[in-house]
Amino acid sequence: MPEALLTAPRLSARTRWREAIRSTPPGLVIGILAIAAVVLVAVFLTIDLKGNIAYILPRRAIKVSAMLLVAVAVGVSTLLFQTVTANRILTPSIMGFDSLYILVQTALAFVAGAATLATAPSTLKFGLEILLMVGFSAFLYRWMFTGATRSLHLLLLVGIVLGTLFRGFSSLLQRLMEPSEFIILQDLFFASFNNVDPGLLGVSAVLIALVCVGVWRMRHTLDVLALGREVAINVGVDHKRVVMRVLLACSLLVAISTALVGPVTFFGLLVVSLGYQLCRGFRHAWLLPIVVLIGAIALVGGQLLLERVFGFATALSVIIEFTGGILFLYLLLKGSLK
Amino acid sequence: MTTTAVRPAAPARRNRTGETARLVAAAVVVLVIAVGSIFVGVSDVSLSALMANDAGAWEIFWVSRVPRTVAVVLAGMAVAVAGLIMQLMARNRFVEPSTVGTVESATLGILVVTVLAPDSPILTKMIVASVFAVLGTALFLAILRRLPARNTLLIPLVGIMLGGIIAAVTTFFAYRFDLLQTLSNWMIGDFSGVLRGRYELLWIVAVLVLLGLFAADRFTVAGMGQDFTTNLGLNYARTMRLGLMIVSLISAVVVTTVGAVPFLGLVVPNIVSLLFGDNLRRAVPWTALFGAAFVLVCDIIGRTIRFPYEVPVGMVMSVLGAILFLFLLLRKRNA
Repeated sequence: MPEALLTAPRLSARTRWREAIRSTPPGLVIGILAIAAVVLVAVFLTIDLKGNIAYILPRRAIKVSAMLLVAVAVGVSTLLFQTVTANRILTPSIMGFDSLYILVQTALAFVAGAATLATAPSTLKFGLEILLMVGFSAFLYRWMFTGATRSLHLLLLVGIVLGTLFRGFSSLLQRLMEPSEFIILQDLFFASFNNVDPGLLGVSAVLIALVCVGVWRMRHTLDVLALGREVAINVGVDHKRVVMRVLLACSLLVAISTALVGPVTFFGLLVVSLGYQLCRGFRHAWLLPIVVLIGAIALVGGQLLLERVFGFATALSVIIEFTGGILFLYLLLKGSLK
Repeated sequence: MTTTAVRPAAPARRNRTGETARLVAAAVVVLVIAVGSIFVGVSDVSLSALMANDAGAWEIFWVSRVPRTVAVVLAGMAVAVAGLIMQLMARNRFVEPSTVGTVESATLGILVVTVLAPDSPILTKMIVASVFAVLGTALFLAILRRLPARNTLLIPLVGIMLGGIIAAVTTFFAYRFDLLQTLSNWMIGDFSGVLRGRYELLWIVAVLVLLGLFAADRFTVAGMGQDFTTNLGLNYARTMRLGLMIVSLISAVVVTTVGAVPFLGLVVPNIVSLLFGDNLRRAVPWTALFGAAFVLVCDIIGRTIRFPYEVPVGMVMSVLGAILFLFLLLRKRNA
């Protein structure tokens, strides 16, 4: 009987797995993820804890807080960015946001002098950089996203090329500086989880918290926004204003995470894609915490695995780049094959 | 000089001589820039010093300046032509060896040979790099064949991502073997290390460019697809293989001797096609000339912008090239 065949399709293991996840209530998913994240953080802080504990523990705490902040900043900014642009492939970093931040920083050093920049109060410097970055990205991306033709592929390509351009321009400016200044600046750039500025951590945490409160209050508007520009306008959302506000939040978050640990291109894409897989609905009230928790698990767990199991030092970003690149390619090809 | 509008009416013979005259004129311009570039640099190699038979000046002239300019011209011509061939084979205006993973694969090859056999001569490194470049490019073309819709903008995106993935693998191992700094020398094209005795392998690419010139029409045909090519009595697989070899070899040789020169293969063929249309026989020599001129100018900029220090040509190029590429992309949008 054909009907019997239709009603009892042979589910592949993958489909069944996906069904199982889909039927789990989002609250439970968040609970499980939260427990996993807390356990990982605890393990990270306490594993192999011997020797001078008073020295080791604070250092680990700084490292783990930096990871958590980055998880929040990258996860939330990527989710918001995808919501505003109504697609699942764009991320702020693919669109060149973080190379823009580095360019702003370099340009600032070029104009003011790297020595001045290094000795200036980090909060003042950070504030100025973010102001410049937000202003410029608002101008640039407003122009990009409100254009008449909005081909996703064109947007992506332009974003990638803009990223290359910003990077090229930064390195050109760096070369044009006095060699002695360049050496000072170089130290400012190659940040990783291992040498995070503790002074920046507090400021970043406060800023991220503020942004997150704002985003959380916008969560229902974001749900509408995800349905696309036309629907959102029909429902009565002031689309242009909301999009601008979301892009501002994105710039702020990207600036914070780039200032803390440097650019991580595909991390956001990985985390948000996984988040959509694990979340039944498309409500931001669920998606936001899920994405943040996955980010925390991926960063802390990944670093733990690399450091303790494989004995590598800081190659986490490279691995993220590799898996993220493959995921991106997969999404790109899948999208076009449909 | 006749304008493009009246050309179809003009007799073919005269047309051809006009074309040749213009090509010769352009070649003379490139030659003038090249000769000019010989006299740019920190140590004094002026015309008067050469006239006075200053031994030191002559030595720098032969050991450093002339090899450098020759290398710039060769690399510029070759990379631009490689880009053109790549674009014909993929039938896409937005691909070139550095946006489809060829350059990244060559770099991975150099890394592998540096790790496994650090003392091997440059020729061995080049051969390994070429093998990797061929494999990487073939991988891209294989993915391309599986894309049902030939979306103009999707193809370069896929290529860039493939390059990114290969580069991540390279970075990973370079980091493990503490070769990141060595690696960055290959990633950024730089002619400052070119001296007599260290660039001569670039002459190989001159031969490849000539080969590309003669086979150019075949690549256009092959770009139309296997059936079409076979119908015209051309061996599709062999043609694709030839194109693949030329592009990969050029990339590998250029990467091993001077490093990656980004966007060159992308921008120059596009500008040529904007100016002269899509007649391929004409496009190849013009692409070669424009490529040489473009790299010469960028190299002169790199040498003078921060005198007496030098900015690698790859950096100048990535800025100028990216701006030009954006212009090409957005010009379409506004049209």
